[in-house]
Amino acid sequence: MVRKLPPVDVVLVGFGWTGAILAQELTEDGLDVLAIERGGWRDTPSHFPTTVAQDELRWYWRKEMFQSAARDTLTFRNNGSQTALPMRRWGSFLPGEGVGGGGVHWNGQTWRFLPSDFLAASHNIGRYGPMPEGLTVQDYGVTYGELEPHYDRFEKLCGIGGKAGNLNGEIHEGGNPFEGPRSAEYPSPPMHMTFAQHRFEAAAKELGLKPFPGPSANMSQPYVNPLGCQLAPCTYCGFCEKYGCGNYSKASPQTTILPVLMSKPNFSLKVHNEVLRIKLDSTGSRATGVIHVDQNGEEYEQPADLVILCAYQLSNTRLMMLSGIGEIYNPATGEGLVGKNYCYQVMSGADVFFDDKYTNEFVGAGALGMCVDDYNGDNFDHSGLDFIGGGYISCWTTHNRPIERQRTPEGTPTWGSAWKKAVAENYLKSTNVGAHGASMAHAGNHLDLDPTYTDVYGRPLMRMTFDFTPNDRAMSAFLTERVREIAERMGGREIKLSPREGPYDSMPYQTTHNTGGTIMGTNPSNSVVNRYLQSWDVSNLFVMGAGVFPQNAGYNPTGTVAALAYWAADAIRAQYFKSPGALVQA
Amino acid sequence: MRKGLLVATALATTLLAGVVPVTAQDTDYAQVERGRYALITGNCQGCHTAPGEEPFAGGRGLETPFGTIYTPNITFDPETGLGRWSRDDFRRAMHEGIAPDGSRLYPAFPYTHFSRMPREEVDALYDYLSTLPRVKKEKPENGLPWPLSWRVSLAGWRWLFFEPEPFRPDPEKSQQWNRGAYLVEGPGHCAGCHTEKNLAGADKKDRHLMGGQLENWSAPDIRGGPNGGLEDWSEDDIVDFLRNGRNVHTAAFSIMSEVIEYSTQHMVEEDVRAIAVYLKDLEGEERPSPSEPDSATMEAGAAIYFDNCSACHVSGGQGVPRFFAPLAGSGKVNNQDATTVVRVILEGARAVPTKAHPTPLTMPAFDWKLTDEQVAAVATYVRSSWGNRGGAVSPADVAALRERLADSMGPDR
Repeated sequence: MVRKLPPVDVVLVGFGWTGAILAQELTEDGLDVLAIERGGWRDTPSHFPTTVAQDELRWYWRKEMFQSAARDTLTFRNNGSQTALPMRRWGSFLPGEGVGGGGVHWNGQTWRFLPSDFLAASHNIGRYGPMPEGLTVQDYGVTYGELEPHYDRFEKLCGIGGKAGNLNGEIHEGGNPFEGPRSAEYPSPPMHMTFAQHRFEAAAKELGLKPFPGPSANMSQPYVNPLGCQLAPCTYCGFCEKYGCGNYSKASPQTTILPVLMSKPNFSLKVHNEVLRIKLDSTGSRATGVIHVDQNGEEYEQPADLVILCAYQLSNTRLMMLSGIGEIYNPATGEGLVGKNYCYQVMSGADVFFDDKYTNEFVGAGALGMCVDDYNGDNFDHSGLDFIGGGYISCWTTHNRPIERQRTPEGTPTWGSAWKKAVAENYLKSTNVGAHGASMAHAGNHLDLDPTYTDVYGRPLMRMTFDFTPNDRAMSAFLTERVREIAERMGGREIKLSPREGPYDSMPYQTTHNTGGTIMGTNPSNSVVNRYLQSWDVSNLFVMGAGVFPQNAGYNPTGTVAALAYWAADAIRAQYFKSPGALVQA
Repeated sequence: MRKGLLVATALATTLLAGVVPVTAQDTDYAQVERGRYALITGNCQGCHTAPGEEPFAGGRGLETPFGTIYTPNITFDPETGLGRWSRDDFRRAMHEGIAPDGSRLYPAFPYTHFSRMPREEVDALYDYLSTLPRVKKEKPENGLPWPLSWRVSLAGWRWLFFEPEPFRPDPEKSQQWNRGAYLVEGPGHCAGCHTEKNLAGADKKDRHLMGGQLENWSAPDIRGGPNGGLEDWSEDDIVDFLRNGRNVHTAAFSIMSEVIEYSTQHMVEEDVRAIAVYLKDLEGEERPSPSEPDSATMEAGAAIYFDNCSACHVSGGQGVPRFFAPLAGSGKVNNQDATTVVRVILEGARAVPTKAHPTPLTMPAFDWKLTDEQVAAVATYVRSSWGNRGGAVSPADVAALRERLADSMGPDR
């Protein structure tokens, strides 16, 4: 039996970054907001204090930080001719679970997309002519200029450290000259760089590139955000990505919003409750609330005037499918939109080994690095190249966690005493240069419901069909050559290139930058949500997260996910609640 | 709330000027507001609320050296609270420590301080309490051994230690100083924690505000003049601490965090400043230098400090002011009584979240990670480095505190 609960104004499904931002914004207007999170409560001193934060075995290798794959996972295949099988252990990406979501275990690399990234179709077609065959790239429906104030708000919320390259249209030495115009300098200075970054910077400059410090949500100095929340200086311990920060040094919902939000009387949070589906009225055009289940298997109906999906991209997309909202994309016919344009990120790199120089990469932080943006997006002329898009190239010193990182030169055996010797010799004397490539939407890559496998509640698992596309491979091959040029100039003894080869493999960790599935766009025939992230089909339903990216840019997504959340929150506050209904007329 | 503050400001100004407002009807808004503010100055909520339960319904256990005393329900519930008390009953309790049935109240209820509050102030407090939601909640039985459980035994205590007297301003001092003195010695009852007690649990007069020990915490010396515990704090530092829970020197936690959460952060700034002026005028007493700790302990302590503490408190002990408490020059670290330092290492500490600083920055517990010897070594190291003169801590001290903390894990924990 489903117990019906008293109604609330707004129910948020999932309580990570976007849930916390929406809750903080909407409670300001006095609305009763309830967030439902399937994982548990997590705070810095109780769950990842300094005394246990750096436990590599527990958090990463035993996956305590992430979604429980035993209860709910997804199935994977490279293409439609294969049978998808369940991912029983996370590898390539690491969906979060619990309060703060992936915002607890991210690295903190906080980017803005390029103005042209939001116009990926019209801009590229305008400059280079028709898209390559099979690409389903489209414009976001929102522009960089519209999102700029919201990027700025998120950077100030988090105390992002960096150096502006474009302040109100004026180019500033030392920052990223390719970025869109910023209305303000970063709230904190860049992090302290180490030996590897200095070598990268010098090599990049010799090649005529424009190196700049990577934008960082790890604190370069103490910071108090506009809500009064305190972030402490980073200790460069190197446990950011895959870990919670015990020193209050990494921006997360816990450090930037929750101290203020949790004490508001009109906000409530329900943990260990999983939303099973969105409930629609008989017309199917209005959400009446959500159905959720607690740990004892009791089901509840939570009525709400407004439902906002704030879970991870994969979960949001699946909830739309399980709730029967919109049509699931079918690659054979090209019909349907939910699950369309699933994209990822195309990573490659080169290890650099030194003979007599110590890189000491145990002195690290998730977003401690120097970058060049010369080969990202459309920052360079693609004429004569067989791809669109690009990526940034960087030298991040994120960590030297001993179980996870053992760099060895080309030709080293993968086990035994020769391997051990090589690990010991190179552990303190190596670094990496990486390319963080975009992923362009393709008709064959998509998400739908698995016909065979179900989760602990008997619901079909999400099925992922993905492989790198010809565009991805051409772009990555180009970027990897640029990586080689820089790496070779850094003065090491040798380098070891890791190009992107073979089919996408869901096991080795790459990035947790899964995008698409609930894409945004200009009209209901090309997108699931409108420019305000509002469902075209159900006007009192909004969908947050990177699922709305029509394709993925060559940057880490969190900055844009957060800017879109603020943008949507503003639209809900200023427009939707004054006159509930569709904010964009189809 | 804003209106309430304005009224409170007006009242505080009135009090500063020494003018007693004319008492109006019982339910007069200004009168009730005066009572609300009086309640804030006395931090009634802190003691009269059990953790996580309805405010003012009592039931909180106060650990005293004699046993646990539970606070009563002070809502106006007729059966279990003050509902049947007259104003005179309430005034007698506040000023004389005597209940309506004539029984004597334990001095854990600081009527010895409240006796300094003017009658009008006590009446206003009564009027305000009468407006609170009534909660039915019985007071648990006190955990006191005989003969202390026999309230007649309090007669002797009162005869020895209680001199009921109204607050008498010092005409030599400014109005501001006198307001501060009134708040500290009257409703604020700071001596309750910050003054050492004699064997009968009464304040040692010659140790006034020089620090005390209660519930396994050492409350620091809060005299602000030369040789006082707050000698290095400016008036602004004291104001900052009481209003915001943090200043450049330290952060409030434990019992003091309740004082700030329920009381001082809600006081008007003039009153907090008056407290600072008064405290800064109290001279301290010179302390003998402790003997040098042995070098092996210091060396071990330094290594433990580097591995476990320096990420936040920084290798030179300077901390990150307003974020992570500086240990160099810290009053808590330098306290002759090392109870608080050792306890914070064992249990960790949570900085009080306030309106100004909503983040409850928290130090984790090390009791599971460090042995008695290790805790003693690192405590000795921080108490003897960077100019600190707190002195050595022995493993036996740590073991004893661990035991006391385990014993005190009562129903409130």
